[in-house]
Amino acid sequence: MTPAAAPPLTRQRVETAAARATGLWKVYGTGEAQVIALRGVDVELERGRFTAIMGPSGSGKSTLMHCLAGLDAVSRGQVHVGDTELTGLNDAGLTRLRREKIGFIFQQFNLLPTLTAEENILLPLAIAGRKPDQQWFRTVIDTVGLGDRLGHRPSQLSGGQQQRVACARALVSRPEVIFADEPTGNLDSRSGAEVLGFLRRSVTEYGQTIVMVTHDANAAAYADRVVFLADGQLVAELTQPTPESVLDTLKSLDRVAPAGAEH
Amino acid sequence: MLRATVKSLLARKLRLVLSGLAVLLGVMFVSGSFVLTDALGRSFDNMFSSAMAETDVLVAADPAIDVSELEGEAVPGLLRSADRDTVAAVPGVAGVVGEVQADGARVIGADGKVVTSFGPPRFGANWTGETGGLELREGRGPSADDEIAINVTLAELSKLKVGDRVGVLTTKPKQMFTLVGVFGYEGGLPGRGPVHEVRFTEPVAQELMLGTPGAYTSLSVTAAPGTDPAALRDAIRGALGDGYQVQTGAEAAAAIADGFKEALSFFNNILLGFAGVALFVGTFLILNTFSIIVAQRTKELALSRALGASRRQVIGSVMVEALVIGLVAAVLGLAAGVGVGALLAEVAASFSSLVLAGIGLPLAAVISAFVVGIGVTMIAALLPAVRASRVPPVAALQEVATPDRPLTKLTVSGTVLGALGTGAIAYGLATDGDAVLWLLLGGVLAAFVGVALLSPALARPAVSVLGRLFSWSVPGKLGRLNSGRNPRRTAITAAALMVGVALITGVNTIITSADRSLRGDATDAFQADLIISGQGSPGMLPTFDEALLPKMRELAGVRSVAAEYNEQAVIDGEPRMATAVTDLPTVVQDFSLVAAAGVLSQPAPGEVVVGESYAADSGLAVGDTVTARLPRGEPTTFRIIGMYQATPFYGGFIFGPDIVPGMRTPAPSFAYVRLADGADAAAARKGLEALLVDSPEMLVEDTGQFLDRELGESAQLLLMIQVLLGLAILIAVLGVINTLALSVLERTRELGLLRAIGLSRAATMRMVTVEAVVITVFGALLGVAVGIGLGAAVVQGLADEGLKELAIPWSQVGVYLVLGALVGVLAAVLPATRAARINVLSAIAHD
Ligand SMILES: Nc1ncnc2c1ncn2[C@@H]1O[C@H](COP(=O)(O)OP(=O)(O)OP(=O)(O)O)[C@@H](O)[C@H]1O
Ligand SMILES: [Mg+2]
Repeated sequence: MTPAAAPPLTRQRVETAAARATGLWKVYGTGEAQVIALRGVDVELERGRFTAIMGPSGSGKSTLMHCLAGLDAVSRGQVHVGDTELTGLNDAGLTRLRREKIGFIFQQFNLLPTLTAEENILLPLAIAGRKPDQQWFRTVIDTVGLGDRLGHRPSQLSGGQQQRVACARALVSRPEVIFADEPTGNLDSRSGAEVLGFLRRSVTEYGQTIVMVTHDANAAAYADRVVFLADGQLVAELTQPTPESVLDTLKSLDRVAPAGAEH
Repeated sequence: MLRATVKSLLARKLRLVLSGLAVLLGVMFVSGSFVLTDALGRSFDNMFSSAMAETDVLVAADPAIDVSELEGEAVPGLLRSADRDTVAAVPGVAGVVGEVQADGARVIGADGKVVTSFGPPRFGANWTGETGGLELREGRGPSADDEIAINVTLAELSKLKVGDRVGVLTTKPKQMFTLVGVFGYEGGLPGRGPVHEVRFTEPVAQELMLGTPGAYTSLSVTAAPGTDPAALRDAIRGALGDGYQVQTGAEAAAAIADGFKEALSFFNNILLGFAGVALFVGTFLILNTFSIIVAQRTKELALSRALGASRRQVIGSVMVEALVIGLVAAVLGLAAGVGVGALLAEVAASFSSLVLAGIGLPLAAVISAFVVGIGVTMIAALLPAVRASRVPPVAALQEVATPDRPLTKLTVSGTVLGALGTGAIAYGLATDGDAVLWLLLGGVLAAFVGVALLSPALARPAVSVLGRLFSWSVPGKLGRLNSGRNPRRTAITAAALMVGVALITGVNTIITSADRSLRGDATDAFQADLIISGQGSPGMLPTFDEALLPKMRELAGVRSVAAEYNEQAVIDGEPRMATAVTDLPTVVQDFSLVAAAGVLSQPAPGEVVVGESYAADSGLAVGDTVTARLPRGEPTTFRIIGMYQATPFYGGFIFGPDIVPGMRTPAPSFAYVRLADGADAAAARKGLEALLVDSPEMLVEDTGQFLDRELGESAQLLLMIQVLLGLAILIAVLGVINTLALSVLERTRELGLLRAIGLSRAATMRMVTVEAVVITVFGALLGVAVGIGLGAAVVQGLADEGLKELAIPWSQVGVYLVLGALVGVLAAVLPATRAARINVLSAIAHD
């Protein structure tokens, strides 16, 4: 395999990068069954910004996010979160990193069914043995609008409410960066809008860094910047996106980079 | 449907292996005990038929005391020289050899101590030459009255050499002999089975072993050539008349072997009892596994219902799964059982000089393996199968949140069953008769199932209280929440552990209470300063020379010595222990016996006193007469002159010394010594020990020492029971591993999520461990509570028999609880490791 030189989209190194990948390759399996999910991705996610990752199905969005978050090992290249280099960290190191610097919002199954909403929100802090900052906790709760639902268990909450609890959980420990993989994928458009609005506010008002994978052009339009993946490579980028500009870019990508270039 | 079943079986290998393992262990125990008893039984057959090879007809007298193994010791009757002459005169008889053989020839070994045996008899017999497979290995047979020969087994144990002077204790006090020969048996065997054998000349054997000159225990008859043994048997029977047992050699061999096999079958029943406990516990495990599998497969089952599968087909698919597991477990369990049985048979054979007849596969083992293995699995799977069939087809479409089904029905039926069980136990303890054992068994079983049904309701509060202990850490709290998540699952898992712990605790409570009661009574009642008693093999009370009694009484500092004799007897047709004392008023004082009626003066010849409850059972009153027959005496009538309140030490008939001549060993087995005020106890003890120098089995002890030694045996019993019930606990541990493994599997995503938000591997393991410990401690607590309850019920029921005090073995109960926690930690190792290895990404994988 010859690494195709990807056009470096963010050329100058920004001092305030919350997470950064350089020359990132990810290969699954060997021989016949080999799949190259990422082929030399360079990307930098600035602090205090809301970045969306888009691309066709199978283009490597989730893989990129997992590598950036230290959930999956990279095949080649480097990943930094803040000033910590992830490649070479062992399980204990990665666990500490996730505890201290990273927050997650998944598409589904975000909450422990045995715990109440409040306990779920405070779980990362409890695991890390940290005391919650009461004022910040209240602020987060008020922003997500869950004040009267804190004592409920996940099974007693709607899907949208559950995702908002997950957002609050990700926010409450003020991580370096929050990774969200299709956080609104399972929600109707209204609940989705609530969640996205909340993510937007936490970036604008509290300077949180968020990276979100999405298929939805409307969702991507909430971000400050959209990067486009196709066949494991960064192929385009938009700043200050609108639903229309995102859709246009997606359409042009379909023409430029036909998917399925495994070899 | 069948193919789907097989596929789902394969997909859940681990949990099936674990639940199958429980059945396998139970089946192994069952079939192993059958294989063992079969192999040993056939070996006995071979041994006795080779012993009888040269005997065409065997003549014995009707037993003097005919009791079964469990009621006491049977006492063979004696044949006289006249009988021998009668038999010799029967046409067709070529030769008659008179045989003398009785248990109780105790040889003093090279180290000056009596060679002990732990069960097998120590035969004293007459030398009849190298017949019946006997082979001299060294020296010659005894020809003078002070000569003996011994078998290789005894020679090895005693370290005696040909030419040594040897002391032998028999029904008579110690006598000295010269060892002139050592013999074994054909096939290079050191003995016929593990017995010790001493061979005397005939008159000496008759005198020492039977106490009767000219007497034999059997006559071995060889037929003249051409005479049919059966015809000869009938001819001899005709010549002798009533009162004899005449058998052909083959019949006799079979009869003796049958006696041994009866003892074996008793042993077999004990093993089967433990196997039953193991299988009972295994039932919980299988029930639980299938319940979990059905719960996990709800969607799949609903889908198949939506696609048109009938309820019957759903039940069928679960039951087929059970059938396959049961079948596989039965086959493997049978194989393992044959292995274990063969191993145990080898061990038993090498310990008892038995030529193993080869390992067979008795039909009973095969049938029981399949019936038990398949039966238990299918029964346990029935409930989950029915539940599976009730899954509505719409469940396939819904996000299944298994609703918390109410526990009311379970709790009510548990309470009812528990009450029924307790009632049956109480009733069983209060009544007499054949039904008692079944009532008790059924009661205990019902109580267990009742508590098991109640346990889900108990699980919630118990888990939340127990869990508080761990809630100080996040993993601890999560673990506690997890164990409270599915109270039924937690409860059944815990209930499996409960059974073993309850049985151990119950037995321990009973034994401790008996021990305490006995000790309490003894300290209150025991007034004797020193007790002379023997340490012998089970079933044989060692004795000392009667002639020593006056010398003991003359020792400085000794105020009184009361001697006690014991022998098996038949009183009014029933086998009873007969006790004779030389000085009843002293015994009354020494044991604080209280008169209930009549007087407790020393019984004169023809008089007897009896325990009150004993008398009440037989409808006897003061002034009534009873007929007693001792092994070497004629039936004699005795008048009851008094009754006393039973104690743990005395409860039956107490005679005067007039019955002693009828005993096989007319010598005292106990003596109670009172010292004069201010006497030097140590000096008196030395004096007594010096007198007893020729009776090395006798010990001089104070009350405390005596009781410690006597009660020490119960500690051994307790240990043995604990080891055997350990199997039940092992199976329960498999259950905990199974439940945890399934829970971990079920919660893969949850665990991944936790890992994603920063839970470390170690903390993940701790979480699973806490879950396990909460379950096992809950089970141990239940078990301890139920065990104490059962123990207390039995103690209460036996209050009349002298179990006055309920003593709960708190320290050991504490040990059981700690062990319960430890078992939890152990059981968690595998599932926790598995949980810690879960890939973080699996939480996010949307499938
Ligand atoms: N564990 C894995 N083993 C093998 N191949 C994998 C694995 N995970 C992902 N892939 C492959 O890597 C490529 C990228 O997958 P990824 O999940 O990152 O795509 P995606 O852009 O998130 O798609 P979607 O929009 O459908 O979520 C795909 O071809 C996928 O088949
Ligand atoms: Mg994806």
